[in-house]
Amino acid sequence: MEIGRIALSRRHALAGAGGLLLAAMLPRGPARAGTRIVEDQTGPFAPNAFVRIAPDDGITLILPNVEMGQGIYTGEAMLIAEELDVGLEQIQIEAAPPDDAYVTKLIGIQATGGSTSTIATWTSLREAGAVARTLLVRAAADRWQVDPASCQTEAGMVRHVPTGRTLSYGELAVEAAALPLPAGPVALRDPSTFRLIGHAQHRLDGPAKVDGTAVFGIDIQQPGMKIGTVAACPVMGGVLLHVDDSAARRVPGVRDVLTIGNAVCVVGDHYWAARKGLEALTITWDEGVNATVSTGTVYNQLHEALQGPAVVAHAKGDAKGAIARAAIRVEAVYQQPLLAHATMEPINCTIHVTPERCDIWVGTQVPMRARDSAAEVTGLPKEKVFLHNQYIGGGFGRRLEHEYVTQAAQFARQVSYPLKIIWSREEDLTLDRYRPAYVDRLVGGLDAHGNLVALSHRIVGPAVVARWAPEALLPNGVDDDLLLAAVETPYAIPAMFLDYARREAPGVVTAWWRGVGGTRGVFVIESFIDELAAAAKADPVAFRRRMTGDHPRARAVLDLAAEKAEWGSKLPPGGGRGVALQYVFGSYLATVMEVEMSDGGTVLVRRAVVAADCGRVVNPDQVVAQIEGGLIFGLSAALFNEVTLENGRVREKNFNTYRVLRMNESPAIEVHLIDSAEDPGGIGETGTAAAAAAAANAMAATGRRYRRLPLTGTQA
Amino acid sequence: MLTLQVNGAAHQVDVPDDMPLLWVLRDVLGLPGTKFGCGIGECGACTVHVDGRAVRACSLPVVLVGDRPVTTIEGLADDQVATEVSKAWLEIDVVQCGYCQPGQIMAAVALLKSNLHPSDDEVDQAMAGNICRCGTYRRIRAAIRNVAGAV
Amino acid sequence: MIGRSVARRRRAAGMAVLAAIMLGGGTARAQDADLVRRGAYLEQAADCEVCHTKPGGVPFAGGRAFDLPGIGTVYAPNITPDMETGIGRYSDAQFDSAVRRGVGPGWRHLYPVMPYASYARMTAEDVRAIHAYLASLRPVHAPTPANQVRFPYNIRLAMIGWNLLYRPSGPLADEPGRSAAWNRGRYLVEAAGHCGECHTPRTMMQALSVTKSYAGSVVDGWLAYNISSDVDSGIGAWGDAQLSAYLSTGHADGRGTAVGPMADVVSHSLRYLTPEDIAAMVTYLRGLPARRSDETTALVTPAALRQAAPSQSNGGRLFASACAGCHLTDGQGRQVDHAAIWGARSLGETDGRNLVRTMVEGATLQTAQGTMSMPAFGPEYRNQDLADIANYAIGHFGNRVGHVTAGDVAAARAGVPPS
Ligand code: FES
Ligand code: FES
Repeated sequence: MEIGRIALSRRHALAGAGGLLLAAMLPRGPARAGTRIVEDQTGPFAPNAFVRIAPDDGITLILPNVEMGQGIYTGEAMLIAEELDVGLEQIQIEAAPPDDAYVTKLIGIQATGGSTSTIATWTSLREAGAVARTLLVRAAADRWQVDPASCQTEAGMVRHVPTGRTLSYGELAVEAAALPLPAGPVALRDPSTFRLIGHAQHRLDGPAKVDGTAVFGIDIQQPGMKIGTVAACPVMGGVLLHVDDSAARRVPGVRDVLTIGNAVCVVGDHYWAARKGLEALTITWDEGVNATVSTGTVYNQLHEALQGPAVVAHAKGDAKGAIARAAIRVEAVYQQPLLAHATMEPINCTIHVTPERCDIWVGTQVPMRARDSAAEVTGLPKEKVFLHNQYIGGGFGRRLEHEYVTQAAQFARQVSYPLKIIWSREEDLTLDRYRPAYVDRLVGGLDAHGNLVALSHRIVGPAVVARWAPEALLPNGVDDDLLLAAVETPYAIPAMFLDYARREAPGVVTAWWRGVGGTRGVFVIESFIDELAAAAKADPVAFRRRMTGDHPRARAVLDLAAEKAEWGSKLPPGGGRGVALQYVFGSYLATVMEVEMSDGGTVLVRRAVVAADCGRVVNPDQVVAQIEGGLIFGLSAALFNEVTLENGRVREKNFNTYRVLRMNESPAIEVHLIDSAEDPGGIGETGTAAAAAAAANAMAATGRRYRRLPLTGTQA
Repeated sequence: MLTLQVNGAAHQVDVPDDMPLLWVLRDVLGLPGTKFGCGIGECGACTVHVDGRAVRACSLPVVLVGDRPVTTIEGLADDQVATEVSKAWLEIDVVQCGYCQPGQIMAAVALLKSNLHPSDDEVDQAMAGNICRCGTYRRIRAAIRNVAGAV
Repeated sequence: MIGRSVARRRRAAGMAVLAAIMLGGGTARAQDADLVRRGAYLEQAADCEVCHTKPGGVPFAGGRAFDLPGIGTVYAPNITPDMETGIGRYSDAQFDSAVRRGVGPGWRHLYPVMPYASYARMTAEDVRAIHAYLASLRPVHAPTPANQVRFPYNIRLAMIGWNLLYRPSGPLADEPGRSAAWNRGRYLVEAAGHCGECHTPRTMMQALSVTKSYAGSVVDGWLAYNISSDVDSGIGAWGDAQLSAYLSTGHADGRGTAVGPMADVVSHSLRYLTPEDIAAMVTYLRGLPARRSDETTALVTPAALRQAAPSQSNGGRLFASACAGCHLTDGQGRQVDHAAIWGARSLGETDGRNLVRTMVEGATLQTAQGTMSMPAFGPEYRNQDLADIANYAIGHFGNRVGHVTAGDVAAARAGVPPS
């Protein structure tokens, strides 16, 4: 449930249309539970892309979304197992191969991101399980010559209730495989009878990740495999002019030095040889046009675009008139930096290209794109490219890109052995694809009673979607990911005007990052709401509460968080408490954060209390875990992170310069979930979206408003 | 040719002296449970035990290991403290992506072996060198506390 | 990268020797080969490479800039045997004159950033051997940038007067009353090793002080420590084993690890010296007159450090997260001895000069076991954060009250590119 392109704002604007518009615009339709992908009728029984039952009783669930920490393997297995009527201990799980059957509706391609997984599979995976169970029951009934209605299922068995006879699913697999799919829709369980959904289940990937046997992409071993590491031109868009590899080839263990247009790969018997070999290269680059780009260039052009033309993205009522007539006018400009993903597992890809086929072992959030790009590089047909998706050691949107698979294929097709490419952390950070920098200006008007009457908002920044899924850019040129949290707020705002000035970042490629538009949007909106409350001389919680209008779910989370956090109670000296309220990814979150500021300017986040309503919850403890982890991830960025450029090069190279929150800097976190029967909302990115706003508002409570991220950076 | 004692077995390896233990474990001995995160000692993903002490394998030239026993995540199976740690980890579902977790567990086991009842501050101090990008810190802390209570 | 260049150089030297032997075959050639080999060792002892190589550049091809406060910037010349841009046309006599008298061909006077005042004490034969070694290297075409020096220092002839006043007259003759080791040590310390150039404070005229010899000095923003035999402020309390370990490996337990320029000296020079030569240096250093300075070291043992409760200060927290991964809070060093910092002098200095420099620049030391390095900390650690870490470390490991300020960190950072 991480990052991704998703038109959730649109989804909700369409009141439950469920991404139909997006699906219609994007090339592929949603996955259907009824797609039979194994046509062999002698078993295994595979009524759809998600369930496979072999005669030897092996029950395998094929999970459409990739596991990168968000617990989706467990959650999706629960959805299928609930309806299939098997215990989680009875199943094997498998990562889905690249295939149309696994396209994520709401995104329109096979992708894991945008906190869409549970939203998108909530019904379809349950249907997949129910279809399989229906066929198994029918197979048993046929064998026994009884009415299917007299049969029940339980823990992988079909039981004929009147006689007590039982057959295991495995015993029925061959017969079930021969049955036609049910013609109409299958009945799903009544939620009140759920055994799994809504009840905390241990993570299926837990044991392997605790005993060290979980295989991540970087852990792949293949016979005859060699290991390479890469230096690409440190300036984006630059090309390789010349490489002197004489010293590198003398490094013991170095086997090959491979080049492509903009990068060199040294291959060795082990990473160390490759690394030493790489350091021994003398490389000459043509750095190209970006060699002079600096961070200043990036920010300057964003700030410039606060003036001048922009595209109207949203308008409701006469916002400008209302602001002109307002009793109090508040204006603020916010700035957010480029951010790196810094996933714990550095970029890697193992690939073996032969004249007949290509095998790729990699962790990817976009398996089909990755496969297709390797097909293009190798010239092999797509059916001859086999992508084996692996556990991902942190995605956060980084693996919604696949340029490293393309690069690996370009190198690997030059050699005959399986090649595992590992980027050093330095390569990983300096050649990441970055969360864009943004500048936002907000102007708000309050009436004489301190009520918000209108909001005017300009967003300046790149349109990531224009590169990532150009067909989803709105006709007027607006990337509606940028509107997340800004158009649909948890508030009743009488008039609103929002325009967008697109400025692509020079010198870097920008990409999705955990929380996508929600993370950028919640920071500016919730900071500004706080500023409005201050201008209205109102308590931040009370001010928000009276604006929640027709959003009772927003009011409920706000009240719960305020209560649990003892809003209004006294804090020790230097302490500050702030709140952020949000509605993104279909979930409501209220976050109360407490910080402690020292004279030296040190900020310590002491406590965070979150109340969340994300609709019906599949695996409650994992929802809590995602909010906890998302907050920590967001706080690292909010407090410390800024990717800077000098001479076209990224300066932050490793964790000494790209600082992340540590255990001894992490707040105590409490998460309170509201019982809800609404359809599930996304959760994996909500904590990240909340972090910066809640921290900035807590810091503001100590006397200083920070409008630039990072909050404690040298910029602040 | 060096002889290394890893997880109770002796291994002959023919590698450069300055090759960090991490890569010997991963790429030569085929023990990929120990992870690469930064290569500069800043993240703890590569934490293993040398002579029972938690060290960063990415920054330890293999020649300096000598004949001191090395234990990796793969070699914890029979260890009593480690068994309790694993149980505690699973009980409260600490892991998310899991990539940092072998290092976290090795650090936690080393801590608990030297100090079975660490205070919260001591836990923080011992574990602060291990980065988790997924943000599982709160649960790691809780799991360590649970082990201390259980043993 | 530096380690690589050294390795490359060793190979090159070896090949030159081999080529000389194979081509010539005769005794004369074998003698040449001997000379080159001896020169290679002496070059290491005299540490020519560090100054004559610009960062990331080809060894000995020059170009390294030296900022001389109040004087300007001078560049180390190319000393590869390139005919146009190097010293390919130098005769032995011309080379000797440059190295030992500071006068290059055509009466071009060198600036005393070239330690010819120390080298003057080397023997002519040794200098000839170094020349032979440099002549065996691959010529590299690399013009040396023009010096940018202010008046009156731009008048090179002005150096004549300086030379008359301050240059020692000639090679050191063995003192008969002293042991061979002491005499050898003196030669290595005073002449080839030119230790005093950094460790002895300079007078107003930029000459080395006689009365404060080896009492420590600030060079290029780093404090070159007092290495006189004073017990409190010098190395009088160090054991012989500690001293020789420090010189030959850059680290001694209970004394910390060489950083900054001293790490370069160990990496490129001292670690190649024979154990006998190191022992000789130790013998000589022991006999230096004690000179008090206000630096002192505080020895807090790991056992005592282990008792200290975890610190909840910002500095203590940051140390635990960013530093203890290698150093451990008891300072013993987690994975390698070189990370053991207890007893390090930089932690006894309450102004944290070298400590702060090390944090903002990082450190790299070449050892027989590979490169030992410490990463530099970038701007995501605010100046105040680094000051807090420094003060914590000085308090914790040095039992002193550190007074490092954010301003000190800012000053150290100015001009230091983040890595
Ligand atoms: S990989 Fe060793 S500490 Fe990060
Ligand atoms: S669990 Fe993902 S980095 Fe820790």
